This record gives sequence, C-alpha cells and structure tokens, in this order.
Amino acid sequence: MAQKVAVFRKEHFNAAHRLFNPSWDNDRNNNVFGKCNNPNFHGHNYEIVVKLVGEPDPETGYVMDMKALSNLIKENVLQRFDHKNLNLDTEYFKNVNPTAENICVVIYNILREKIDKRLEMQVRLYETERNFVEYPVSEL
Amino acid sequence: MVYLTRLEHFNAAHKLYNPSWSREKNEEVFGKCANENWHGHNYELLVTVKGTPDPDTGFLFDVKKLSNIIKQEVTEKLDHKNLNEDVDFMRNKMCSTENLAIEIWKQLEPHIPSPVKLHCVKLYETPRIYIEYFGDRT
Repeated sequence: MAQKVAVFRKEHFNAAHRLFNPSWDNDRNNNVFGKCNNPNFHGHNYEIVVKLVGEPDPETGYVMDMKALSNLIKENVLQRFDHKNLNLDTEYFKNVNPTAENICVVIYNILREKIDKRLEMQVRLYETERNFVEYPVSEL
Repeated sequence: MVYLTRLEHFNAAHKLYNPSWSREKNEEVFGKCANENWHGHNYELLVTVKGTPDPDTGFLFDVKKLSNIIKQEVTEKLDHKNLNEDVDFMRNKMCSTENLAIEIWKQLEPHIPSPVKLHCVKLYETPRIYIEYFGDRT
C-alpha cells in the first residue's frame, strides 16, 4: 500500500516584533506599516502547522513519528522564537522584516534541513486567528 | 437579570519584570516571561454587563455602544502597544494578565451607564490562559 498521506503537527510560540524598513523615514514607515511600526514593539501568539506528505513506512505505519517531529520543532524553532523579540533576539530578522510571510519562510528553511528529503513539506503560520500564511505555495 | 458579553481583541508586547529585584531573581520567578526585549500575545477581551432588558428596545444595552466604549477606553490604548512602556494606566504596575484585567475594569466601569452594571472582565492571554475579574465585591 504505497499511497501518500499528509500528517500535521501544530505548535505555538509567543513573541514580540516590529515591522519597519530602516532605510525609510518614520513617516513612510508609518504610512506603510501603521501601528505595526510601534518602536516599542507589539506581539502575537503565533501558531505553526507543519505538514509532511509521504508514504507511511511499511514497518511502523508512520509518515514520521509525530513525537520526533514535535521535538524537532521545539528544539529548532520554539527555543529560538518563544518569548523572544523577533527583531532583537533572533539571528534571522536582523536584515529581514519579521512579517508573517518572512517568519514562515525562515521556519520552513530551518525545518527543511532536518526532515527526511523524501517527505514533501509545507508550513502554515498563524499570526492571529484571522491572519495566516503558507509556504511553499505548491499544492501538496 | 440577563448578561451581555462583547468580545474584542488586541495584540501587544510585554514582559514580567520587577525592577526592584535583581535580574537573577526576575528570571527565577518569571522565567522566559522576563526576557528584557519583550515578547507578545494576541489578547482576547470579553466584557460582560448585566441588567434587565429595556421594555422599549428589548436591549439590556446597545452592544455597538458597548463595543465603542471598550475600543475607546481600552483596546485603542493597548492594541499594537508595549503594555509596560506605552500605556498610561499600566505605568508602574506589574504587567501580569491579572493586573491588566483589574485595570481594564477600572477603565470601563465609569462609562457603563446606570442601571446597567459591569459584571465581568475576562481576559485571554493565550487560548489556554485567561483571567476573570468581577470587581471588588466587598
């Protein structure tokens, strides 16, 4: 039975951030980013959903051990981002604006290196219940 | 007596840090919440008022007015802000969800016109953590 199955693991982290472009003046940053440009930061409860697609292993029945996936996300993503300031405390957003789009791409790239290349992968990031992004875009 | 609840939300940064303690003691008590560069949450605020429905309208209280009061007095002051740094009514207070719920009550209560009464401020810091405050019932 070699049929592909999608598995999903959900995790969350709480972080502060600020959206602004340092090469623009304050007026332009305010026009484009509005209240997200508050110099004293604001924050979110982020939720991430990692989707893996592959054929279940014939011996275990697993696409991937969900506990192992959970640990991988905790060690590589949550430890770096949870209760942190994304602009100031992480290496990833020194020169990249920490929008939901960019955070999602960063998380995908971190995890992609750690997960079996035979599995297709997609990351969905919720910044709020109402705002969420997905990367990569291809239909899995 | 009926109860009417309005849900609003705001996103904010904060930290839990007692400036009269050493950094070590703050980290011991507040853990990662003491991160000096802040962290943040999507807060959900539920405000409940109580009373009897007006015989002419059938309303306990115009919920649009309640929403405007919450926005003007609370969420516009908190949304996309740093709760420790940017909010006048949280100045010099520990920025816990407990204290925030109590201070939100104090902001709202004078604006709820009699005979309607403020009943409860329920504040979610995360989907898994919330505080309820029913006023000082002494």
